[in-house]
This record gives sequence, structure tokens and C-alpha cells, in this order.
Amino acid sequence: MTQAPTKLGTYQTGFEALRQEAEATDPQWLRDLRQVAWSRFNKLGFPTARRGNEKWKYTNVRPLAAANFENPPAAGVPENITVGDLRHTAPWNDSWTNLVFLDGHFARHLSSDTNTASQIGITSLADAIASENPVLQSQLAKHATVDDDGFTALNTAFLQDGALIDVPAGHIASDPVHLIFVTTGQQAHAASYPRTLLIAGANSRVNVLESYVSLAESSYFTNAVTEFVLEDGSQLEHYRLLLENADAFHVGTVRVQQGKDSSMSSASFAKGAAMARQDFQVTLGAPGASCSLNGLYMTAAEQHIDNLINIDHAQPHTKSRLFYKGILDDKSKAVFGGTVLVRKDAQKTDAQQTDKNLLLSREAEVDSKPSLLIYADDVQCSHGATAGHIDKETLFYMQSRGLDRETASRILIHAFASQIIDTVELEPLRNYLDDLFLTSMPTASLEFGDRE
Amino acid sequence: MTQSAGSSGQTLLEVRGLSASVGGLEILKGVDLTVKTGEVHAIMGPNGSGKSTFANVLAGKPDYEITGGQALFQGHDLLGMEPEIRSRLGVFLAFQYPLELPGVRAWQFLKAAVDSQRMQAGEEELSARAFDRMLKEKVEMVEIDPELVKRAVNEGFSGGEKKRNEILQMAVLQPKLAILDETDSGLDIDALRIVSDGVNKLRSESNAVVLVTHYQRILNYIAPDQVHVLMDGRIVRSGGPELAHELEGRGYDWIKESVDAAV
Repeated sequence: MTQAPTKLGTYQTGFEALRQEAEATDPQWLRDLRQVAWSRFNKLGFPTARRGNEKWKYTNVRPLAAANFENPPAAGVPENITVGDLRHTAPWNDSWTNLVFLDGHFARHLSSDTNTASQIGITSLADAIASENPVLQSQLAKHATVDDDGFTALNTAFLQDGALIDVPAGHIASDPVHLIFVTTGQQAHAASYPRTLLIAGANSRVNVLESYVSLAESSYFTNAVTEFVLEDGSQLEHYRLLLENADAFHVGTVRVQQGKDSSMSSASFAKGAAMARQDFQVTLGAPGASCSLNGLYMTAAEQHIDNLINIDHAQPHTKSRLFYKGILDDKSKAVFGGTVLVRKDAQKTDAQQTDKNLLLSREAEVDSKPSLLIYADDVQCSHGATAGHIDKETLFYMQSRGLDRETASRILIHAFASQIIDTVELEPLRNYLDDLFLTSMPTASLEFGDRE
Repeated sequence: MTQSAGSSGQTLLEVRGLSASVGGLEILKGVDLTVKTGEVHAIMGPNGSGKSTFANVLAGKPDYEITGGQALFQGHDLLGMEPEIRSRLGVFLAFQYPLELPGVRAWQFLKAAVDSQRMQAGEEELSARAFDRMLKEKVEMVEIDPELVKRAVNEGFSGGEKKRNEILQMAVLQPKLAILDETDSGLDIDALRIVSDGVNKLRSESNAVVLVTHYQRILNYIAPDQVHVLMDGRIVRSGGPELAHELEGRGYDWIKESVDAAV
């Protein structure tokens, strides 16, 4: 059953234009991949249906679908953006390996030296395609597949650039790799499709930051897909910063495959967009694999954030920790859907899942649904979710020591956020996040609640 | 400590006919109390008499409705002030159940408290170093474990540690009027001694203490100048320290009977 073509108007015309343009330059495998992806997207469309739409139950995709974002052909990378512009919008650090993407396209002049980078396996996707990188062809779209969902299919249909990080076995990367995806706003009302593929070779160690930032002043759509493959014994330290503007739509899909004794620690920081969605799936596919996912999100006005996190304990002796916290103000809304699946043979699984929310107004709302699906019998699993306002009694205690309500509230909000910010081991990033969340303190009149 | 009858101290707190209710239920029904500098007043009474309500109303806890009377602190209307203003002007409440502040470092919290007090008085904030020095002194004086101050306020503290922490805060803020709300509850002999020592060290001719307690025991450590019995929302009897001993011997029923008989 296909969608009526007119509903995908701008995407249809955009894809046609891309297809024609890429005909001459893209390898066959990529052209085939795009076509399969496009057919799939045609079939699935945007997940706007409410009925039977479990994964999107609490998030309305209609405004995104109706927005009909443009998909202009690459008009060349904007020349007038400087590193100075980026220092203000992202946690820029000169000593990191920085790959900057403007509107989805690699900006060589703003990035670290690609020759040096390529020695440790870091290249832009466009370069990897052009140089016929075999790893790319064998791994791309194998972990975040087009069958998965419409957004992954759409990203795959339109993918042109992004980052390929292929860490050699045994290599300990000394500097963090920072992928900065910037929407410049120079092409109005546009969509971009950042794509990241990382393979961490056996026993390697790498630290990657993905920042999604904006210089744009009006609405746009970021549809990002990230695939991580962690081979045996490898370690990945990952940070995802969602710092789009307040009118933006962001869908981020992350798929992780973990090998034996591999470990991933990932922290996500999101400041609300009009609609933000992070769809994280980790497969602990071999014994000894472990992952720790922390997250902090902050929303205001009528923003909406939806975190969907799936951890699949497919094998025994695997461990996961999931800890997300949200701060919601005004009429904003957060959705948390965490599922930990423990398969039949995954004995000695150790899984914990928590989602805590601080509501700053009467109308802020959170739908939190952590769930455990346990099919093995020798496991340790727990989950919990809370949502509450700043406690009136706690506030009075602080006031009785001379602090006015606003100061006391700021201290409590900061303390709430700090629990996640303090888990960031990368010091420059930790400081950046501390500042970011401190200066983003809500200014709406605060509402307090009673101790439960 | 000799009883300062007709003392030369200044009037710090003057409560007249104070009535208050919570949730529509009248708890205080006309309390009168005068506290002068240099004095220690004990407020005793059976459970439900309104002792904690009295302490909380003076500190400005929300949800209490003042239905009559007044309370003047150094001549100013206390009940019209926000809790933080009362604190900055020198009123301190040692909570019966001190709260935990997860993630809020004690050092930061205490410095913010001190700075707010100083700013209210038109002074500058303390430098980090000056504050640190001062805090170390107080930690020693109050005999609290220095490690506890590095953690979040009251997080994971035992009941006794929380009460000791209240006294540390008192030492840091140096209030003019300290109201101790059942500070002795839940304390063993050693903790009681340490808390009382702390309070006694902080006493001077320019401040005063109102000690709310159910039991006489703490009064062996912190000697009161006056003892008041609060019953059914009113002070029904006042006297010297010997009143506390009489109560211990005869119980609150004895007072109740004599009050009923007098009506």
C-alpha cells in the first residue's frame, strides 16, 4: 500500500534531483541502496498514524510531515562560516579531531587535517565513497537498516555525506573525535541527513562526540542516523549533543552492535526543539558486553522530546545501566520509552533503568514508560521512573537559611542536572555543559509541589 | 547561668496573642511570649500542643494561616516577612526533621546562605578563602566530621548527624534568635552533649534561644532562664528552671488539672 505521491512532494522532487545528479558519480552499490531505501520510505511514509503506532504513540509527527521540508541539491558548502561562529554554538576544542558539516556536507576548511585524521581511520563519508572504501560498502546500513523505520529509510535514500570512523584493532585514540553537524539556515526550510558509521576494532578505544547545532533562525529538519559496531574488547565513550533551535525538528537514530567484552558509555544532552526524537538501540550481542547510557534533557515553551531506548541483552553476562533525567518547564512535554529485553539465554544479566523528571510548571508533562521484558531466569533487573515538582518543604528549608525562592530553585535545578553532567569524563565538555545548563535556567514562574 | 529576672537585655522577640491555623484547624490560640537578649526560653508541652507550629510560624513556614495577634522581631513585624528575610535579619530555626538536599554541596549552600545575609546588610560577599577559613573554625567548634561538609547537605546523614549539622549552620549564620525545634529528639546521650555544647558556645548577651522540647532532659545541658508550658495552643504556665523539674516529676497532666481547676 503506497502513500499518494503528492504527500511526499518535496521529498519526491528532492530525491529525483539527487538520483539524477548522483548517477554519474556514485558507485552502483550506493545507487542501489538509495533506491531500496526510497522504495521503503514510500511504503512506510512518516509515522503519522495514531492507531497501532506503538513507537510513536506519544509523539505527533504530523507537523513534521506537513512542514514539507525542502531537499535542495548540494549547492556547495557555505564559505562564510568561520570557526569563530562554531566556538559559540558547540563545545569546540582545538586539540580534538574536528569534522565540521554544514547543512550535511563536509566543510574541509573548518575541520582538522584530513590526512592526519585518515591515518587513524577518520574520513568524511563523501571521501570514503569516492575512494571506494571497502569497509563503508560492507558495513553501511547493515546495522540501521531501511526496514527499521521510515526515518532511517529516508536518511539512507538521501545520504551523501557524514563521517566514517574506522578505528584499527588495538588502537587507543588519544584525542576525542568531534563531529559537528551545523544547520546554517542559508537554505531556508531545509532537511539534512547526517550519517555516521563507526567501527571500533578489537580492543581499540575511541571517544566520539556528535553535536547537532544550529545557526539558523527558522525551522528545519535534521534526520540523523548513526551506526556503531564495537568489536571484541573495544571501548567507546560517546556523547550526543542535541542543541537545535526551538523551531527545529530532529530525529536521531542510533544503532549499536556490541561484541564480546566490549563496553560503551554514552551520554546524551538535549535542549528542546519543536520536536526532538532520539531512538537508541543497543544490542549486547556477545557475553561480557556492557553499556551505560546517561541522558539529560531540558524543555521549555511547547517543546517536545521523545527518548526511545532499547537495550537487547542477547547473550549472558551482559550489563546495562540506563539513567535519564529531564527538566520540563512551561507546557513542554517529554516522553521516555525505555525497554530492556533480556533474552532466554541471557543468564546473569545485570540491568538497571531509571528515568527521573523535574517539572517546573503545572502544565509540563512527562510520559515515562520504562519496561523490562525478561525471558531468562537468573538475572538482576530493576527499573524506576519519577516525576515531581520542586518540593515546597525543601524550598522552605533553603529559604530559612536566607536564600530567596528563585536562588534556591536554581540551586536545586542545577543539582538535579549535575547528577548527569558530573558523569561526563571529558572535562572541557563537562564545563561546557555546566555553563549551558546554568544559563538556560527557566525564567517562567516556578510552581512547587508537596512531598509525596 | 543565673536567672536574669528584670534583665537588662533588649527585647528581641515580642509575641502577643498569636493565633494560627493549618488546614482550617486552629492550633495556636493566643500565644504570648517576650524574649530578651541573653535569655534562654524553653517551650514545653504535650504532643499536639502546638510547639512545632509555634516554631514554624515564627520561621515563616508556608501553609500556616495567621488568624490573630502579632510577632515583633527587634520591633519589626516578623509575620509579614518572607522566610529568607527573617533568616537574613537573624532568625534561625533548627528543624526537627532537617531536609536532605541531594546534589547540593554543603560548602556551596552555606556560602550562599552567608552571602545572602551579608548582602542584606549591605556588605560584600565573602571571598572563597575567607569563607573556607571561617567554616573550618565552626566545623571544629561544633565537633562535626569535616568530611560531612564535603558532601551534599544532609545526604545520607544519620538523624544525629543531621541535628549536629543544624547547629553547624547556626554557628555559621550566628543568628540573633535561635529557635530549636525538638533538637533533642532522636539523640543519644553523646550526641545530646555535643549539640548542647555547640548551642552553649554560641550563646551571648546579644542573642537568645527558644528551645522547643517535650522532655526535660536537654534542659540539664542547656539551662533555661524561663520555662513555659504550651498546652492546647496557649502558654498556660511560666516559671523558672524548677518548673521543668516539676513537670518531669508530675507529668503534663498535673499542669492540665491545675489549669482546668483555675478556669
